[in-house]
Amino acid sequence: MTRPGFVLEVDDRTPPLVVHEGLGFRLEEFPLGTRVVYPPESLPAVDDVEGTIRNALLDPVDSDPLPELLFAGMKLTIAFDDLSLPLPTMKAPDVRQRVIEQVLTMAAEAGVDDVEIIAANALHRRMTPAELRHIVGERVFRSFHPQGKLYNFDAEDRANLTHLGTTDEGEDVEISKRAAESDLLVYVNLNLVAMDGGHKSVGIGLASYKSLRHHHNAHTMVHSRSFMDHKKSAMHQSAWRMGRIIKEHVKVFQIETTVNNDVFPKPYEFLQKREWEWSVRDQASMLAARRGLALAPQKLRHKIFHDMRAPYGLTGVSAGEVEGVHEQTLERVHRQHCVEVDGYSDVLVMGVPYLGPYNVNSSMNPILATCMGLGYYFNSYRNHPVVRRGGAVILYHPLDEGFNQLHHPSYVDFYEEVLAETTDPAVIGEKYERQFAEDPWYVHLYRTSHAYHGVHPFYMWYWAAHAMDHVGDVVWVGGDRRVASRLGFRAASTLADALEMVSGSVGTSPSITYLHNPPHLLADVRV
Amino acid sequence: MMLALEMFRSLPRTVAGKAMGSRMPGLLSGFAAPLRLVTIEEPRVDKPGWAPLRTRLSGICGSDLGMLSGRTSLYFSALVSLPFVPGHEVVAELTEDVDDLHAGTRVVIDPVLSCAARGVEPCESCAAGRTNVCSRITVGDVSAGLQTGFCHDTGGGWGQQLVAHRTQLHPVPEGWSDEQAVLVEPIACAVHTALRAGVRTGDRVLVSGAGSVGLFATLALRELTPAGEIVVVAKHPHQRELALELGASDVVAPHEVLRRIRRTTGAFQLRPEFSSPYLLGGVDVAIDAVGSSTSLETALGATRAGGRVVLSGMPAAADLSAAWFRELEVVGTYASSRSEPTGEGAFETALRLAAHPAVEQLAKGVASYPLHRWREALDHAHSTGRLGTVKVAYDPRSSR
Repeated sequence: MTRPGFVLEVDDRTPPLVVHEGLGFRLEEFPLGTRVVYPPESLPAVDDVEGTIRNALLDPVDSDPLPELLFAGMKLTIAFDDLSLPLPTMKAPDVRQRVIEQVLTMAAEAGVDDVEIIAANALHRRMTPAELRHIVGERVFRSFHPQGKLYNFDAEDRANLTHLGTTDEGEDVEISKRAAESDLLVYVNLNLVAMDGGHKSVGIGLASYKSLRHHHNAHTMVHSRSFMDHKKSAMHQSAWRMGRIIKEHVKVFQIETTVNNDVFPKPYEFLQKREWEWSVRDQASMLAARRGLALAPQKLRHKIFHDMRAPYGLTGVSAGEVEGVHEQTLERVHRQHCVEVDGYSDVLVMGVPYLGPYNVNSSMNPILATCMGLGYYFNSYRNHPVVRRGGAVILYHPLDEGFNQLHHPSYVDFYEEVLAETTDPAVIGEKYERQFAEDPWYVHLYRTSHAYHGVHPFYMWYWAAHAMDHVGDVVWVGGDRRVASRLGFRAASTLADALEMVSGSVGTSPSITYLHNPPHLLADVRV
Repeated sequence: MMLALEMFRSLPRTVAGKAMGSRMPGLLSGFAAPLRLVTIEEPRVDKPGWAPLRTRLSGICGSDLGMLSGRTSLYFSALVSLPFVPGHEVVAELTEDVDDLHAGTRVVIDPVLSCAARGVEPCESCAAGRTNVCSRITVGDVSAGLQTGFCHDTGGGWGQQLVAHRTQLHPVPEGWSDEQAVLVEPIACAVHTALRAGVRTGDRVLVSGAGSVGLFATLALRELTPAGEIVVVAKHPHQRELALELGASDVVAPHEVLRRIRRTTGAFQLRPEFSSPYLLGGVDVAIDAVGSSTSLETALGATRAGGRVVLSGMPAAADLSAAWFRELEVVGTYASSRSEPTGEGAFETALRLAAHPAVEQLAKGVASYPLHRWREALDHAHSTGRLGTVKVAYDPRSSR
């Protein structure tokens, strides 16, 4: 029986609690009365993965079964979520591989021979062949990649984009030409958190900057409360408007998969257990990990963490019409992540781990750390932020990983040039976004190397715009002071120092909530 | 008799300078430079137009430091007459009347010893007003020397007295401090640099270096040319502020320069094996105001194909592949000319620019030393950027 998430109130008997901080973690003693939000335990995984997928394809939501949509001579495109999902990377075989293999089997049975498989990476970096192989599996990779039928989407390949029209709000809808001209577009999603999936899949994953700029901006993000709640997210509303335009032109068969909270493999399972329930073996593992990480050089720590493969279990598959499918998906995601939290607090504490969607096999640079803390984690709420307006956010991360020049070249310029001038997301967007988005060098690196698009750091900063707008103070515990200052924040050595620093805005006895994340959680704040 | 610092011939010191000058310039100029404090006869040139002057202030230039630390090319050895008293950035006062100028007049000196000063028929360059590239600088009434401060017969500003020809003298406007006046010569060089840079309307210009040469070049570019964006490379915070006050659009640290130029120009950046990165594309004009191989290679690597690279600092050896491959115009700019493309001499223009409020402010930071503290002065001059100074000078009148 899976135990639900809950809120612990720290008392005299509470042991020190795990707080993630980049390539490591610490055990923190929180002030008495601190609320600690724990995610639900992992939902049980389905036993018969192949059968669950087959059932979803044969008995879809608001759609004919997949085999009935396939016919000889048709043009079939299969798109799939890229390496930004799930986090950490899933232990092989990836569930997308198992779905794609079944879709290809059905296509072969129907005599379909014009099939292309596209990684829906939008403005993310191109995946390497090894990364593609990990997601789609050896068999699919060998059958399609050498012929150029399995590839990364290129949002800057003007000749292979199609403008489908504009929404009532004047938003351009421009997506992959191959997808737009296919008789059927099958989208294979891996829905890790509530913001994923739905019309975001095709409408964002296969879209160009011309489309994305309408919802990936500071204004939209400030009005997405939160972007983990698609009905209250201006970004999702825009994506949904676009999705309906896509639906008018393209037949989309959406396949959404959900996984449980089994994030940490052996011997790190203790990180997803509640600390007072650690066995002797867990405590020994924790001590060994802490001692080992303390002694290891940064490169080794990076390797240890980034080599982790999560033993996720599949919790369900839904297929068919996009919106109907997504309703079912969200129900499962909420069951796995939602925790009821009674009211908000003065201070929100979060540990930023080593990994986010944009540093898989790469570095968690300061901009990505900000995006992870003030973007993804801060927005992990429904109804109301976990912290009050004007309150304080305390984050843990050393901010010391630097920039990966291969993956994040435009981030360096963003950090050195743009953030040196201002940290206001709206001003930044107005003054610099277009320059970076159209820079021919960034475009070149995005298309031919493994670089995120030139505009990507702006999106990361916009992701944090709602938090920056909502809270008064942001302090990084253990963060590099110069880096924190460049980001427009402050750094403290300890939690006590951080609380002292924010006492001007929240008083000396603030209410504190700590989100014990990862594994993922979604705070359902009741006000 | 007078007190002066004298550069003399010393094989051991010159060899030491060659061997170690680039690594330990401060140590060399302080303790092993071929320079000594001496008491010598006042210089005298008994020819028409020559007059004696008493030095009030004389700056230490980058080329002086290069010479003392053995970094200067031996190319120049044929253009000087040892021993000599260095110092070519000079503000002094006449001790006798000369032509229309009376004794006591405070003047700055255009140090170039051209045909007129040497009493020979004007060479082709001098006849055209391009006195800085005079072809007769080794002959005539005074001994060989490309400038005052490199010539045995004239003396230089690092002595209590020197002599100069009337054609070299420019009266200092009333109300100016000596510190402001001593900046006129480097500003005149910057005027010449800016006008040699061939800047067209809206051109993007990179100034590599924010010592006095780079800062004054920035001022001259902004005031005398239709340059668009001027990006200055500066190491130190005070240089950054001064560059912005003098007309820079943007100031970048040395490690940022290629990245910043690449972004503003939309250039592509390449990284060759075992070598520094460079751009395909870049600024229209780059000015090397340092003279190091790194600075020159940065300028070459950051300039677009067909652009112009101006050598303002005395250049070091550098990889010229970019000049060939990108068909760059590499232009030298030496001292200043009495007839610039603006129609007036560089010194006349410099006297106007030196009245700029930012220069007035900058003049207040000129650090002056008496001659007997010459080692301290040279150490300070080697570290001006780090110590927040733009110019270090000798005040031969001072005893403390």
